[in-house]
Amino acid sequence: MRDIRHFILGCIMAVLAVVGLSVWMPPSEANAQEAGSVAAEPEIDRSATGGATTLEDIMRRQQGLQTDDNATRSTNLGSAEGAGITDQLGTLGGASDPDLWRGMRFNAADVTTQVRGPAAEVLIQDRGMWWLQFREGPLLTYGGYLLLGTLGALLLFFLLRGRVMIDGPKTGRRIERFKHVERFGHWLLAGSFILLGITGLVSLMGRKFMIPVMGHESYALIAGVSKWIHNNVSWAFMLALVMIFVMWVVHNFPDKTDLKWLAKGGGLFGGGHPPAKKFNAGQKMIFWSVIVLGGSISVSGLSLLFPFELPLFAKTFAILNSTGLPEMLGFGILPETMTPHEEMQYAQLWHAIVSFVLMAIILAHIYIGSVGMEGAYDAMGSGMVEEQWAKEHHSLWVEEVKQRDNKAPSGATPAE
Amino acid sequence: MKAMLLGFVAIAVIAVGADYTLDQMGWSAAEQGASPSNVRLGD
Repeated sequence: MRDIRHFILGCIMAVLAVVGLSVWMPPSEANAQEAGSVAAEPEIDRSATGGATTLEDIMRRQQGLQTDDNATRSTNLGSAEGAGITDQLGTLGGASDPDLWRGMRFNAADVTTQVRGPAAEVLIQDRGMWWLQFREGPLLTYGGYLLLGTLGALLLFFLLRGRVMIDGPKTGRRIERFKHVERFGHWLLAGSFILLGITGLVSLMGRKFMIPVMGHESYALIAGVSKWIHNNVSWAFMLALVMIFVMWVVHNFPDKTDLKWLAKGGGLFGGGHPPAKKFNAGQKMIFWSVIVLGGSISVSGLSLLFPFELPLFAKTFAILNSTGLPEMLGFGILPETMTPHEEMQYAQLWHAIVSFVLMAIILAHIYIGSVGMEGAYDAMGSGMVEEQWAKEHHSLWVEEVKQRDNKAPSGATPAE
Repeated sequence: MKAMLLGFVAIAVIAVGADYTLDQMGWSAAEQGASPSNVRLGD
């Protein structure tokens, strides 16, 4: 039940995170005009500049506020025809300095560089500040609150409910719950996820919380090591994710026993232990959270591991826009053209947001698998669980195991 | 317990192996961000 509650909490926080993202997400150019017309801010009178940028626009940009003059600015790039060398602006080819800077800002300038790579010719990236502010602001703040809140809720739950004990008398008999290879896959996933979680938090929060304590030099060393671990341990996580999926997916398809289990709240608040197969409904939720969220983290992580090689978001947003869902949900039209850096920024935000949600879910999983329930750790420790524990929490699975054990070996000859 | 320790050792082996392999394949950040040739003029 606790698993479910924290899964639901995780989902709510994920929705909040997405809503938070949308609140902070500056409207795309296509809907900026629309947003400007409905905003409480009075429209800026641009008649004096013939519709072009005004001092108010510049002041608003400097304050980090939205402006809706991008459409005008992105096309105001000076004369395409080169001016004679003796003419006014001749040495600049007919474009003034501001025209050239606008060209760079809106990726319209003809940039040649010695540096190779898909992002090398982008000199100004307009939406970088939004990303930085979101990363250092709501992402860090609400992500931190989510983890601390989850820990607090688990502590409160422990104080109120206490450890879930084995109700019946212990038999002293043990049955094998997970084979060696299953436990290996689990710990490969668990160990790598914890390392990735810690090093990810160091990367995200180090500037704010570690540099003031230890200084730049020490943090630089830790950040370097942390980055190496994060980049390279990711492969163990992805491999383990595939292993876990292959080994356990067959046990994790929902069935009607899950409804009964959920209806009884997993037996957590009395009313006996509802029957469950190898995995109960709460564990199935954990499994699918790990597979879906872990898979999504892996994909966005790969996009970050190979910068600019695997852009994901422009195309995803285009597909989402074509369904009409983002507009229906009030997100407006999502940006469909992005600079390479912008792709990376969205990948980083998505990577971090989904990771926070999964970390919160996994904290609850760690709790119930260790201090939260007597006998639960044995399943992944030695692989052998107390029979009474198994009967209480996975009665249908115990029956299956006993039937299997009692069945004669396939090659045996019946006695005559 | 043995499975857990083996899992942790595997994490270390995979991490070192991944770093070495990607470096060998030319996927280091340094190689990806640098050009192997000298200054190119008119390019």
